[in-house]
Amino acid sequence: MQIGLDIGSTTIKIAVLDDAGKLLFAKYQRHYSQIAEKIQELLQELFAKFPLLKTAHLAVSGSAGIGVAEGCGLQFVQEVFAEKVCTERLNPGTDVVIELGGEDAKLLFLGKHFDARMNDSCAGGTGAFIDQMASLLNVATEDMNSMAQKAQNIYTIASRCGVFAKSDIQPLLNQGAPKNDLAASIFQAVAQQAVTGLAKGRPINGKVLYLGGPLTFMSCLRDCFDKILNVKGTCPENSLYYVAMGTALCAEHSVDLRALPNKLQATAACRTFEHLSPLFANEEEYLFFNARHNTERVATADIATASEAYLGIDSGSTTIKIAVVSPKGELLKSFYQSNKGNPVIAVKEFLQNFYVEYPQCKLIASAVTGYGEDLIRHGFGVDYGIVETIAHFLAAKSLQPSVDFILDIGGQDIKCLKIHNGCIDNIFLNEACSSGCGSFLQTFAEILGYSAEEFAKIGLFADKPVDLGSRCTVFMNSSVKQAQKDGASVANISAGLSLSIVKNALYKVIRPGSKEAIGKHIVVQGGTFLNDCVLRAFEKEMGLEVVRPNIAGLMGAYGAALYARGRHEQAPKTSTLLDAAALAQFKHQVKSVTCGLCSNHCHLTVNTFASGKPFISGNRCERPVTHCAPDNSLNLYRQKLDLLAGLNERESSGVRGTMGIPMGLNMYELLPFWHAFFSNLGFKVVVSPIADKKISKMGQNTIPSDTVCYPAKLMHGHIKWLLEQGVTNIFYPCMTYNVEEGNGENCYNCPVVAYYPEVLHANVQELEQCNFFFDYVGLGNNKVLAKKLAAMLNKAFPDITMKEIKNALLQAYIAYDLFEGEVRRQGRRIISAAREQGKPIIVLAGRPYHIDPKVNHSIDRLITTMGAALVSEDAVSSHIEPKQLAAELQVLNQWTYHSRLYAAAKYVANNEDMHMVQLVSFGCGCDAITADECRRLLEESGKIYTQIKIDDIDNLGTAKIRLRSLFAAVGLES
Amino acid sequence: MESHAVFTPEMKKTHTILIPSMLPWHFNLLKAALVSCGYKAELLDNRDRSVVETGLKYVNNDICYPALLVIGQFINALESGKYDVNHVALIMTQTGGGCRASNYIHLLRKGLEQAGFGHIPVISLNLAGMEEQPGFDLSLKMIKRMLAAVVYGDVLMYLSNKIRPYEVVAGGADALAGRWLTKLEDMFRAGKGQTLSSIYQFGREITKDFAKLPIVAKDKIKVGVVGEIYIKYSDLGNNCLENFLQKQNCEYMLPGVMNFVMYGADTYLIDYKLYGGSMMKYGTAKIAMWYLQRLEKAMRKALDYSPFKAPASYEETKAMVKGVIGYGNNMGEGWLLTAEMLELAKNGYNNIICAQPFGCLPNHIAGRGMINKIKELVEDANILPIDYDASASKVNQENRIKLMLATAR
Repeated sequence: MQIGLDIGSTTIKIAVLDDAGKLLFAKYQRHYSQIAEKIQELLQELFAKFPLLKTAHLAVSGSAGIGVAEGCGLQFVQEVFAEKVCTERLNPGTDVVIELGGEDAKLLFLGKHFDARMNDSCAGGTGAFIDQMASLLNVATEDMNSMAQKAQNIYTIASRCGVFAKSDIQPLLNQGAPKNDLAASIFQAVAQQAVTGLAKGRPINGKVLYLGGPLTFMSCLRDCFDKILNVKGTCPENSLYYVAMGTALCAEHSVDLRALPNKLQATAACRTFEHLSPLFANEEEYLFFNARHNTERVATADIATASEAYLGIDSGSTTIKIAVVSPKGELLKSFYQSNKGNPVIAVKEFLQNFYVEYPQCKLIASAVTGYGEDLIRHGFGVDYGIVETIAHFLAAKSLQPSVDFILDIGGQDIKCLKIHNGCIDNIFLNEACSSGCGSFLQTFAEILGYSAEEFAKIGLFADKPVDLGSRCTVFMNSSVKQAQKDGASVANISAGLSLSIVKNALYKVIRPGSKEAIGKHIVVQGGTFLNDCVLRAFEKEMGLEVVRPNIAGLMGAYGAALYARGRHEQAPKTSTLLDAAALAQFKHQVKSVTCGLCSNHCHLTVNTFASGKPFISGNRCERPVTHCAPDNSLNLYRQKLDLLAGLNERESSGVRGTMGIPMGLNMYELLPFWHAFFSNLGFKVVVSPIADKKISKMGQNTIPSDTVCYPAKLMHGHIKWLLEQGVTNIFYPCMTYNVEEGNGENCYNCPVVAYYPEVLHANVQELEQCNFFFDYVGLGNNKVLAKKLAAMLNKAFPDITMKEIKNALLQAYIAYDLFEGEVRRQGRRIISAAREQGKPIIVLAGRPYHIDPKVNHSIDRLITTMGAALVSEDAVSSHIEPKQLAAELQVLNQWTYHSRLYAAAKYVANNEDMHMVQLVSFGCGCDAITADECRRLLEESGKIYTQIKIDDIDNLGTAKIRLRSLFAAVGLES
Repeated sequence: MESHAVFTPEMKKTHTILIPSMLPWHFNLLKAALVSCGYKAELLDNRDRSVVETGLKYVNNDICYPALLVIGQFINALESGKYDVNHVALIMTQTGGGCRASNYIHLLRKGLEQAGFGHIPVISLNLAGMEEQPGFDLSLKMIKRMLAAVVYGDVLMYLSNKIRPYEVVAGGADALAGRWLTKLEDMFRAGKGQTLSSIYQFGREITKDFAKLPIVAKDKIKVGVVGEIYIKYSDLGNNCLENFLQKQNCEYMLPGVMNFVMYGADTYLIDYKLYGGSMMKYGTAKIAMWYLQRLEKAMRKALDYSPFKAPASYEETKAMVKGVIGYGNNMGEGWLLTAEMLELAKNGYNNIICAQPFGCLPNHIAGRGMINKIKELVEDANILPIDYDASASKVNQENRIKLMLATAR
């Protein structure tokens, strides 16, 4: 008899084959990290079925199987290899196998050119991801499939990583997008991720086999794969057990099955893992800790006796919180509940009940904050809207007037506010990639089979909290997996997760230079801090005692109510909040449409309420609301785009044919140069269009490195586009050095900008059909440049003379200077116009290619609609004296684009009416350096540094919070 | 630049220079070379998890992993109480060039400042004349001694990697390398063993000693390890990759450090040809290259002794990527990385691990970006890129290596 045990990250599978390879017994179950126990259960079941069974050939596979195999001296078979063996046996002739597992996605190319791929550690679009998304939608994983079948619309959801996708889905939920559509969109995202992440340029066709849990149970997911791959794949019988069966087939050693349970027990006992010191030394310490925090309470009063009150609503990412506050600031009533994916229903029910129960209490003003702010405000006629950060500040200040630091960890966000002289001095928010927040703890609790509260309790007295590091959720999944393998108990995992959340907040988001830099009077809040493990972990890590209000989870709502009170006292008016009668008529309908007013094709969610006027969300500009074209007069990003677009109107004889140029990375700046050069040589220059959705998808399957920055990934689409136009010449040179501007010690490009043409050449096969000019050139020495260009072009165009090239170069240098001069001139014009109109000026600092609306997701428009003028970094960087800058910099300043960032930061620091917002591409290693340095330059002059990380993530929610917080903190938001 | 702590000439006598760990043999010999030039030096040996934790605390977490580790190791050592923090200096290599690694020294200074060690001088070890320190004179003599250290290090690494998988007496190869290391250190401190002729002479003696070790033929999977220089060499960076491979029944090969040194010098020659520039630098690089080639020749001649074969020379390796990737691609490991993969694949080490820090910029191009191309050229190349990071899980990494080994041909 042959036995295979496949121990995955979440499930355990057993397959028993007879000697002819026939399946006798198979079983699949979740192990909740109780691996040894579950194996024993399975063995017992096996013994019951085969009472005479004593020995069998047995091997172990799966990510959690390595430890078991090592501990018990069993044979280990790598799972992908097992899958290969089984497929070759049962489904000969298969070309490609796609398997989605708990946390792994695998792709096997069988046959002569065998190749196997597994997802990189930073790509979580797998089974566990679907689980996580299901819990976010508040549905059972099993229901996802039937929901997806009813979908009518697919939303774009960032598929690269679970956290990104989550931050796309959450706001869609809050805007009222139908769950059926979301379920289908999630499947689409998973399939997209698996295909692009794993195929890496190799085409998938022929006979395709689908294996693993998610693909077995969810037919819609299979359909998504079929559609993307344009094949009809099959899901074979026993598709869950291929790894287990393959392992059984590979098993070579006879194992005494009856002795195995004891062995498992013994190894489970002696495993070790990296751990930290316990949260509490003993129960007494905990009681003492508890008593201290019990004194931190907000004043309350009896609502039955109240006649007037203020209403505050915090419509958060996963929960909805409501506070009713007396004019004296006492909390009269509170409400805290999961929004179950629809905040509108929760608010409506609360208000209905409130009007019935407390008819004597008049709500004189109301305010709403959080992700669902706009929706709730619109639907219920709430008087004021307020950005979360300010709401939290108001609440904390009322409880602890001397507060100088607030840390709020909510479901999706970490927010930190530094307070100086009673004003917000600095704001830190977590990046989309480090959201190790509350919902993450909850999801883990659920995966391990506990409620969030139970999970927190269990962790309190853990003896050896697991050391899980402080990175993003996807990494955390694998760390937990490793800890489970090493035999960490649930208690130690719970405590370890709490510690890692705290470290994440401290070292990823806040990054304090020292503990003193954080502050003395710290208030921590947000639902996550109601978990005593997290609170204790924070105090321990900081070595400080902090204040956690008893309404930690309610602070946003409480702050909103206080804000309503403040506004009302300032300028009293009659509240527009729906009253009982209006509420009785309340209707809410959701519809999703695609906006056709420009090439962005935003997916709009239209909420219609009884009042009639629709509320539109998902839009990137005001056009669908106002039906006017956006105003670009104070937006240098758009003006630069117009300048670049204008180049294409240049006349050229085209006698030498066409020359294609991909519009991305450094071309956003060098296009004027090369355009002039080739036009002068008699080429008709064909430039790929400024990226749109189609282009970004076109090249996806040729990207070899999943973690390279998004602007680089787009280059693949541009090249494909050019090839589709039938362009026979494409020019995109490698450039180690950038333009020398005298601002730094050297003028390098970053490695990606410098050498990306090499990647295209090596991975876009169709490029072989055309002349792809990608040799190394530099603009610094025009004589050498002329020689290099001649050598490069003469290979295909031997008739081009040196004289022509020199002439064309002359024109090219002039065109470049003209362009740069024009950008600076327009920048100056915008700055002076803004000053005349008394508008604040935002320097949206990035690199030239950040003006691509597909890269910046139209953050520029968001800023201008918020009432600011916007210029780019290169419009102001030339105003700084290089020597003065060099004297202040603490980093090596040798990249042209970086030099501009430093100079721009310095310039902003010197100008009262300017603020800097830095755009950072996810995965841009260079910006780990520039961000810290720009922050330092700004903060030393008392300015707030705001950073927005961008990727293919389509949602502007967090960007909005950042920008509004910045505007509010500098007193610009009314 | 703002002023920072200076390493004064007096400190040569009073201060101990701390060296981060990377490669055991090379770095111990580099230490000996420093000592032979009159400096006090010590190689750090703190290598546990607390190094990573310290790094996470004092370095922007998005910076690449080697920087985090090296800086973490320094600060962790300073905090350990083992060293008199008023009488130490730190040394760090600074490669220059367009990779962000050129900025590590500044990040180290920032970290030191935060940790309260702002007064400790940091010496930049580079040949580009960056960040000069009055008390640290990178003389021709010292350069020659350091290069000798690199050559001996490469010899010991190459021979022990060749013998270790097949040795009859477990640990024999490492013990022999250890004995030679002690001997070489003594010679270095006395300023001996560093001329071209003695490099050949002792190199040959070492090779002969290794050839005498009893070996037995075993069926091993041959694995090449390439990647970002720190991660591929340092066990702290790659979660003890060599150890793991050894346990998995592999013979593994790491290309030598000399390749990287020669690649560094060659960059000046290549850039001059591509973009023009200073004749002076070009001339200096030419001379350096001439000397390096002679060193390499001596080393290869010494190693060319049965059963060993001299490893591919720099020029041979370089020739392999002609038409595959441009020589102008020279940030980080640049084209050399692609070349080393091809060299290994063509010479029997067709299972290749490409180890890099998570998000390594040059490796997007020359590592991951070139894999499809290499597979076109060498059909049975089996290449696995692995990212290393403060919290990437070892289980995942090892599982992927196991997959590569299971499908090894």
